[in-house]
Amino acid sequence: MHTPEEPAPTNMPDALRAHGVFRVLGDEGRADSATDPKLPLQLVQDIYRAMVRTRVIDQQLERLQRQGRIGFHIGSVGEEACILASAAALRPTDWLLPCYREFGALLWRGFPLQTYVDNMFGNIDDPVQGRQMPDHYTGRKYRFGSVSSPIGTQMTQAVGMAWAAKKKGRDEVVGVFFGDGATSSADFHTAMNFAGVFETPTLFLCRNNRWAISLPSEQQTAAATFAEKGVAYGVHGVRVDGNDALATYRVVREAANRARAGGGPTLIELMTYRVGGHSTSDDPRAYRVQDEVERWRRIDPIKRLREHLVRQHAWDEARERKLVSDTEQELKRCIEASEGKKPPPIESMFEGVFDRQPWHLREQQAQCVSGPRAKARH
Amino acid sequence: MTEMNLVQAINGTLRSEMQANPDVIVLGEDVGKVGGVFRVTQGLIDEFGADRVIDTPLAEGGIIGTAIGMALYGMRPVPEIQFADFIFPAFDQIVSEAAKFRYRSGGEYTVPMTIRAPVGGGIRGGHYHSQSPEALFIHTAGLKVVCPSNPYDARGLLRSAIRDNDPVLFFEPKRVYRAVKMDVPEDDYAIPLGEAKVVTEGKDVTVIAWGAMLFEAMAAAQEASAQGVQAEVIDLRTLWPVDIDTITESVEKTGRVVIVHEAPKACGFGAELLSLITERSFLSLEAPPLRVTGWDTPFPYTLENEYLPLQHRITPAILDTARY
Repeated sequence: MHTPEEPAPTNMPDALRAHGVFRVLGDEGRADSATDPKLPLQLVQDIYRAMVRTRVIDQQLERLQRQGRIGFHIGSVGEEACILASAAALRPTDWLLPCYREFGALLWRGFPLQTYVDNMFGNIDDPVQGRQMPDHYTGRKYRFGSVSSPIGTQMTQAVGMAWAAKKKGRDEVVGVFFGDGATSSADFHTAMNFAGVFETPTLFLCRNNRWAISLPSEQQTAAATFAEKGVAYGVHGVRVDGNDALATYRVVREAANRARAGGGPTLIELMTYRVGGHSTSDDPRAYRVQDEVERWRRIDPIKRLREHLVRQHAWDEARERKLVSDTEQELKRCIEASEGKKPPPIESMFEGVFDRQPWHLREQQAQCVSGPRAKARH
Repeated sequence: MTEMNLVQAINGTLRSEMQANPDVIVLGEDVGKVGGVFRVTQGLIDEFGADRVIDTPLAEGGIIGTAIGMALYGMRPVPEIQFADFIFPAFDQIVSEAAKFRYRSGGEYTVPMTIRAPVGGGIRGGHYHSQSPEALFIHTAGLKVVCPSNPYDARGLLRSAIRDNDPVLFFEPKRVYRAVKMDVPEDDYAIPLGEAKVVTEGKDVTVIAWGAMLFEAMAAAQEASAQGVQAEVIDLRTLWPVDIDTITESVEKTGRVVIVHEAPKACGFGAELLSLITERSFLSLEAPPLRVTGWDTPFPYTLENEYLPLQHRITPAILDTARY
């Protein structure tokens, strides 16, 4: 990886100024010519639009949760570059397994916003029939995984999928998202170890957003970096400024190319910051100082990419206003449509546990359907 | 027909399923060159190579997690857990992931995976080479649990398990591995999951057992018949979903029931079976149902024959319930 020539943006948090953090964007959106992946302007604009769209959806959903119209949301404010640029750097034939903070990547893959909102409401049009809480989406058609809440379980699965793709001789790569907290899970270690031993085409996309609910990353590990954990498993490790969409894109693309060519897995530490709470159920004021949040806001990933586009006269205020307003309107329409829909039928609770419904579920289904109804609304 | 033991029967089925379907692969600790600590996978690596018979690092969570990933991708992995006692590092992957994928993804992702693991005591293995954890998996919605007692059933059930579209735990009674030999057809017969078998007919008492304890139950039934009590012995074969019709039919005939299992009594599968029986056949019961099980202690080493529900404890239970 190149050493960045462009100095780190001023006021950058110390963590990001550390040696060995790959970066392209410097002050005022200037791209380092030595490291710039020189992407087509159209692609950079697309990534930027997706980042803004993700931010707007996050903000609106948080508001709706406060109003009591949705039960829960787990957002990605501040982490849009590492999520969207990672997704953009992979091919549509590659797989992405989510943690639970990556709805932006799912929408990037073409998943309809209306379906995302229906899933959030768990209504009759939710593809998973209201079986999961909000932000636990599935998108196999989009080569996107299925969110579960236990931390880290998707990592060994990502290795297994990549291993299967390799066995079948397909040049597909599996990217798997997880947070810094998940690096302490058993699955992280076994996944890294298996990926290293069997040289599976797996990209470990570690969003080091510095907070695992209330635990800062310094208390998650005694290691100086998360990327260096790759050394123990013979897995290539790299640190990248995860608030720099261009740097993220380049690092992920190069790792994907290497994996595709048989070069094995890479652990990518995407250095970013969870600007919001862990979820709408969390209030981070209880455990962190606002000053830290403000320092990271100064290197906001959207702000930095916008400055870059504006420098090239490829973005302006009017386009920004229209994008924000269009997204707000689109989401508003989706919410209104979802709110009016019925819950899934009671029968559906007993379906899809097995391929074919066994006798005991058939029996319980009949009991439930003909039995008394819950008083609380669905 | 070929005479074979349980190890040979399972080995042969793995071989023929791997020949029939390139998506079937075996992975686990020491399953390759050494053929597994019980030699169940012996020779498979020579025929199918190290790409399909994979010696993995020593991490059960990794074996099952990666096997789930392969299954999500469309393969039919058959991971081996060296002893069922070592399955717990993979418990999260089995319970939170494999069992729930179909349901939570609205059927978009499925996990057609068969986890093989030796279970049960009787080999002087102490706590960690003797347990029978079936109830933990039966309790988890989305899993099927199979435990054959003999080579013929093992062959037909393993074939159905591998071809099944849901995750199956295939528990192999290690005490039976080499203890029982029988003539087994070499063709590709399958025994459907969810069908129990009445192995001894009788009119007085229903005895329900599976795995290695089936033979203890049969011996006890024989002993009881010398005293004029005709016990009907049912081999469940598939524990979940259980064949409730065969059970209720028998219990409604005999009115008396004894359930035998190696696992501890509290919340053992026997507890669920008795609840199902009383819910369905309460008015047919002539005596309190009995359970002959492992005790609610960790599995002991020296005193394992006092822990296990062997013939010496089953026979009195059959006679007691018959004479209640």
